Amino acid sequence: MSGATTLPSSVAGPPAAARAGHAAGGRRQKPLKIAAFHAILIFASVVAAFPIIRVLGVALRPNDRLLDPNFSLIPPDATLDAFVHVLTETDFTRWIFNSLLVASGTALLGLIIAATSAYAFSRFRFRGRGVGLTFLLTTQLLPAAMLLVPLYIIAVTIGRETPIELMGTYTGLVFGYSVTTVPFSVWILKGYYDTVPIELEEAARIDGCSQLEAFWRVVLPLSTPALAIVFLFNFLTAWSEYFLARVLVSQANDLWTWPLGLQTFQQEFTTQWADLCAASILVSVPIVALFLYSSRWLISGVTLGAVKG
Amino acid sequence: MDPGKAGDAIVEVAVALAFIAIGVAFLEAILYVLLVRVLRTRLAVPLMLVAPAIVGLLLLNAAPIAWEFYLSLTNMSLKHFKPADVDLIGLDNFVRVFTKPVLKQVGFYQLFGQTLLWTSVNVTLHVLGGLALALTLHRRLRFKGVYRAIIILPWAVPQIVALFIWRTEYNFEYGVVNQLLELVGVAPIKWLTDPLWNFAAMIVANVWLGIPFMMVIILGGLQSISDEYYEAAQMDGASSRQSFRYITWPLLQPVLTPAIILGVIWTFNNINVSFFINQNEMETSDILVTALFRAAFQYNQYGFAAAFAFVIFAILLIFTVFYVWRTQALKGAYE
Repeated sequence: MSGATTLPSSVAGPPAAARAGHAAGGRRQKPLKIAAFHAILIFASVVAAFPIIRVLGVALRPNDRLLDPNFSLIPPDATLDAFVHVLTETDFTRWIFNSLLVASGTALLGLIIAATSAYAFSRFRFRGRGVGLTFLLTTQLLPAAMLLVPLYIIAVTIGRETPIELMGTYTGLVFGYSVTTVPFSVWILKGYYDTVPIELEEAARIDGCSQLEAFWRVVLPLSTPALAIVFLFNFLTAWSEYFLARVLVSQANDLWTWPLGLQTFQQEFTTQWADLCAASILVSVPIVALFLYSSRWLISGVTLGAVKG
Repeated sequence: MDPGKAGDAIVEVAVALAFIAIGVAFLEAILYVLLVRVLRTRLAVPLMLVAPAIVGLLLLNAAPIAWEFYLSLTNMSLKHFKPADVDLIGLDNFVRVFTKPVLKQVGFYQLFGQTLLWTSVNVTLHVLGGLALALTLHRRLRFKGVYRAIIILPWAVPQIVALFIWRTEYNFEYGVVNQLLELVGVAPIKWLTDPLWNFAAMIVANVWLGIPFMMVIILGGLQSISDEYYEAAQMDGASSRQSFRYITWPLLQPVLTPAIILGVIWTFNNINVSFFINQNEMETSDILVTALFRAAFQYNQYGFAAAFAFVIFAILLIFTVFYVWRTQALKGAYE
């Protein structure tokens, strides 16, 4: 959030290979120095990757050797039993389905509401604009736990007084997540629209477009990358959220998202240790792949606005 | 899973989204008639564009916040849940935040101290670690992309997954942390039951989680600094320490300042780490936001928790306003 909009735009751009480091600029580097750099980076890589590699190692172990103090990456008697067990004997696929559904709904809703209003915040000067922008930023400061209480009580009250059911439903979760994703989406998209040159719209209007047509035909297509970032951010926010899901749907096992489900595996070094590791890998691999693939754009998004960590 | 149930679930979400679409169309139709046909105002276009967000923000954000403020003035709890049992009790809840224990034992000031310690230690280590790695990576180096991709992993893995794993690995007997310590001849540590070590465990896990973000942001900042500055400094005979002090550090500020503000807010509000490493057991490992969750959903003191939430929010707001005002970090956004 806070004002990252002042970042130089080159932060977002792909690093220019030509500028890969001033230190290498003029003088030649001493081999000893280079070796030291590699040592630092190898150490950091080991620290970063070790817990993850270890999880893979545990997930591949047979059930009777889970507690061995053994650090090998792939155990000699590796087996996929844990993966098979998680996929066939537990509700794992159901949890993944629920998370996918809720996260997609949330991402879509945030995008629909934000796409047009962000344009208004970017292009028009109207009374209340400053207040609106400040409000959008302030919502990013709210601790996640803060809105849980009113959301919970509002959901209970609406369920009691009206036929709309928000407790124990997908709809409740989608609305609940939209509380954080909508303001964030507006903020990011506004920042992006600001960078689209206004001359392009003026040209379209000279050609006979109305302002709305210019938005629809010129600005929106040019903003596809930003729309994709916002969709992805909203998706990831809802995808790995735990607390609101716990408050709204923990009573309804059918609706559990994967964070709720995986928690049931966490009974410390019983046989479920392998289940937890296997499920963790299944949940993480697509996300990590997506993240590494899109990290450049994601980072430009983070610096334009913010998500809650 | 059962395809029929899956179908029902998709229909439920689709219907909810369709209702919203219909609502938006209805709203726009009314606005069109009102603004274009009746009032003939020039502001019709922006108002119609911004209307869905305004209605959405009012319903999704403003209403819950207003409702929470009302709650903070009541004695609502699990005992007093039905509307008939809920009484207005004025500012009692706010007084209670500062005068009585927030949870069973610990009070506001201890939690605040723990949160300050938590936030400052974490953000400092994130920035130092991120800076060191970014400076090391920012040069022509073999395997640069590989290092970067590996070091980014802790940020890429879903945080909750990482914390499930860390929690399990902190196990006294079977966890890998103590096993590794044993290899280098250090006695095993009670990461999960000793208050001090548990707090340390939280920090270790969160430093691991947070360094990649800072590294990536700082690396982006380094790349935006033109080589010409360094070439000029080199010609003038500046040492590498001098060029860091007088070129890199000042030119990094536009990137570093917002990243630090973000880091502070995220760390201050990070409910995940304490909640999952400590599993809601020791109050000494709570920070303000986890204490808030506990007050609300473990002790079910809804009214009190609402007041507590406003106090926490106020602390964060004061910090942010002060920092943003001092650093002018937001100047561009309102223009």
